[in-house]
Amino acid sequence: MNTITTLSRRRFLALTGVASSGLVLMGSIPGTVLASVLDEAEGAPLNLFVSLKTDGTVEIIAHRSEMGTGIRTSLPQVVADEMEADWTRVHVIQGLANADYGSQNTDGSRSIRNFYQVMRQMGSAAQAMLRQAAANTWAADVRDVSAQQHRVHHRDGRSMGFGELATAAATLPLPDLNTLTLKDPSEFRYIGKSVPIVDLDDMCSGNTTYGADVRIPDMLFASIERTPTLQGKVKSYNEAAALKLPGVVKVVKIGGTALPSSFHALEGVAVLATDTYTALSARDSLDVQWNGGQHATFDSERYLDTLAERVSSGPGKVARERGDTDKALASAAKTVEANYRTPYLAHAPMEPPVATAHIHDDICEVWACTQTPQATQRAVAEALDLDVSRVKVHVTLLGGGFGRKSKPDYSVEAALLARASGKPVQVVWSREDDVEHDYYHSCSAQYYQGGLDQDGALTAWLAREATPPIRSTFDRDANIQDDGALNMTFGSIPFSVPNLRLESHVAETQVRIGWLRSVFNIPYAIGVGCFMDELAHAAGRDSVEFWLDTIGEDRHLDFAPEGFKFGNYGRSLKEYPYDTARLKGVIRQLRDSIPWGEALPEGEGWGISAARSFLSYVAVASKVKIVEGRLTVTEMHCVIDAGTVVNPDRVHAQIEGAMIFGLSLAMMGNIDFKRGAAVQSNFHDYPVARINQTPAVIKSHIIPSDALPAGVGEPGVPPVAPSIANAIFAASGQRIRDFPFNRHFNV
Amino acid sequence: MQLDINGLAYEIDISPQLPLLWALRDHLQLTGTKYGCGKGLCGACTVHLDGQPVRSCQTPVSALHGKKVVTIEGLSEDASHPVQRAWKQHNVPQCGYCQSGQIMSAAALLANNQQPTPAEIDTAMSGNICRCGTYPRIREAIRDASGQSAEKK
Repeated sequence: MNTITTLSRRRFLALTGVASSGLVLMGSIPGTVLASVLDEAEGAPLNLFVSLKTDGTVEIIAHRSEMGTGIRTSLPQVVADEMEADWTRVHVIQGLANADYGSQNTDGSRSIRNFYQVMRQMGSAAQAMLRQAAANTWAADVRDVSAQQHRVHHRDGRSMGFGELATAAATLPLPDLNTLTLKDPSEFRYIGKSVPIVDLDDMCSGNTTYGADVRIPDMLFASIERTPTLQGKVKSYNEAAALKLPGVVKVVKIGGTALPSSFHALEGVAVLATDTYTALSARDSLDVQWNGGQHATFDSERYLDTLAERVSSGPGKVARERGDTDKALASAAKTVEANYRTPYLAHAPMEPPVATAHIHDDICEVWACTQTPQATQRAVAEALDLDVSRVKVHVTLLGGGFGRKSKPDYSVEAALLARASGKPVQVVWSREDDVEHDYYHSCSAQYYQGGLDQDGALTAWLAREATPPIRSTFDRDANIQDDGALNMTFGSIPFSVPNLRLESHVAETQVRIGWLRSVFNIPYAIGVGCFMDELAHAAGRDSVEFWLDTIGEDRHLDFAPEGFKFGNYGRSLKEYPYDTARLKGVIRQLRDSIPWGEALPEGEGWGISAARSFLSYVAVASKVKIVEGRLTVTEMHCVIDAGTVVNPDRVHAQIEGAMIFGLSLAMMGNIDFKRGAAVQSNFHDYPVARINQTPAVIKSHIIPSDALPAGVGEPGVPPVAPSIANAIFAASGQRIRDFPFNRHFNV
Repeated sequence: MQLDINGLAYEIDISPQLPLLWALRDHLQLTGTKYGCGKGLCGACTVHLDGQPVRSCQTPVSALHGKKVVTIEGLSEDASHPVQRAWKQHNVPQCGYCQSGQIMSAAALLANNQQPTPAEIDTAMSGNICRCGTYPRIREAIRDASGQSAEKK
């Protein structure tokens, strides 16, 4: 192998000639790469989110992370609309970690619903300052001036461009936000329009900066051999062998911390090298030996058996209760029972975790594809024992997130290694690292029993679940779901059944658990959605009719009288009621969008399911075809009522993507643990959906609404898996109760 | 090593075993080509080798002798390749990370087969994973770029 030193790498190439295209090369090579996505505002600040340059460029801060939802476009789109800025003159700037922005934790499908109003106010406030500045310039009454498309006009015909007013406007005080008159929706220019994303051109030409694209002079690349089991410890490793390899600069042991895992770095041994490939490949020579620790015997298949036994054999801790369920079940004309089990899942964003840290001038500067810059700031500050103010976090584009990148453990690693080496360090995770060391989506076992009367109406609903809680990642003693987790579909079932009881069993955690796109709504919507279909069938009823009847009359749900604390995704039930009419609305719209009830050939079938999550109402229908043991999903349809929608095209895109994400996990998603370690490691054994598995027909439908904006990124996912399971039953008479489907079919 | 990339000749001091992906990213600062799996399973690192799509993570630079490499940066000067135009028309990207590879696979498909059927599109694109699920739009964009009207929605 050729010797590659830091110096020669930095001199990385010699241009030997200019070939046929005649392009001059050197100018096209970025040197110290911090692309425009990472720069800072240059204009005069009008408020925290809006700056204005004298040339009229409006700079709008995107304080939420872009991982594919289009949020770097949608929130600035709202600002520009209320400001009457010309969208073609808007420059979006990615905000640094800064608590002044409010929460930047881009998860929970919260960006639009929590910042729509704020962004409207920021745009409107900026416009008010521009109008006031013009009025001052003209010595006119501000009531005689108005703003339109980047200009302020006086009723007498005079006008000034935004850029001309920048300096004067920036000296004015921020107006009282409560005095602003926001636009009437009929005046919206951009809100509600499918504005193309600001990164579209760059994403189609490779001109983007994701986590691993950051380059700092003198930086090293690091790759870490991490403990395969939770709380495993390094027994030995061969530092000398790794250091012998050309390009390897340093080997650093990272000590793990005691439980809870939180966002700490995992125990491991890092190789620091002058290039990525050397860092990744030199790990083999470390020959790390491990003490597996107390979780080294964990077997997830056996553990799911244990959880299934717990939920089916006896009562658990009651979370919500109505009527006398035992009595109702005993006197039911018919009872139905079912056990469901869902596996651990890995997030597997296309870009594995990666972070770069540079400690200089008493600060630690971090560049990371993070969903949560402020938590990154706090975690790095804690790890380095720095004040939070000494940690500066730049957010790159994210090559997918799905919840994985709201855990900043990889930025902590980069910071620790930057300190240990005295150099800027980029920690790269291989795909194997990503799949083997995730904060996994939790497995779940659920048991359901339902009672039906003579007319096929539901009289009793008993549900028990056992699911290792996410809280265990932050509290080592947490071993049972609380109401906050049960909020997600299991506890918030909207059925008018006179008797119900919902119970939880203990489920100790043996691996790092985290949230994945739609979180516990995934297993619980599977349990609820599949069992509804089983009940409908037992009752001899049409599934759609059974759903509508079981939801019952139009009303706003109140869970408190039944002892259940419903968090409603952080919003009050007054603002965002749980409205059964809207849930029934998406189910009816779905039924009307598909040939529900059509006669189908042998081996084909439709299935539906529905759920309210993240304040949105969603129903999904899937059509499957089963031929000689091969399962194909041929159509998927989704209807969402997400209230006010800012960018319809991006909502459609999220819903299309959610259907495929849900299909992927239902068909193939599975992580096993043997002897405490993840069995799967890359896309060959942790397959995710490919284009040839994508239904020929995928359709999303948005219910027009002027209700408050609700979540979009996640709510499309939960009803997908049960809709496919129910379609499989319609096609084959086979109930799949243990996921994923590739345990039973070729997919 | 001498490399011909995007019409330019480079002389670069690297191991012949180094996968092209890392030569591009770490030594030539052409970071538009992405790492996704390192095993040729996901297609994020797809580039053209004499016009054929290859996984650059599985292609040692020693295999490039006398061959021309085109990366996403070299597909067109201003994102004006018909595939790139169709990608923008259909707003294909979500997170965007896999799209360099998707676009390179699609461009190679259309260079070899100007009127691919839906089945041929699926086959040619099945090596490229998109975790965001942009597949329906990828299909439509390729049909558009091939001059076939997109399926009626």
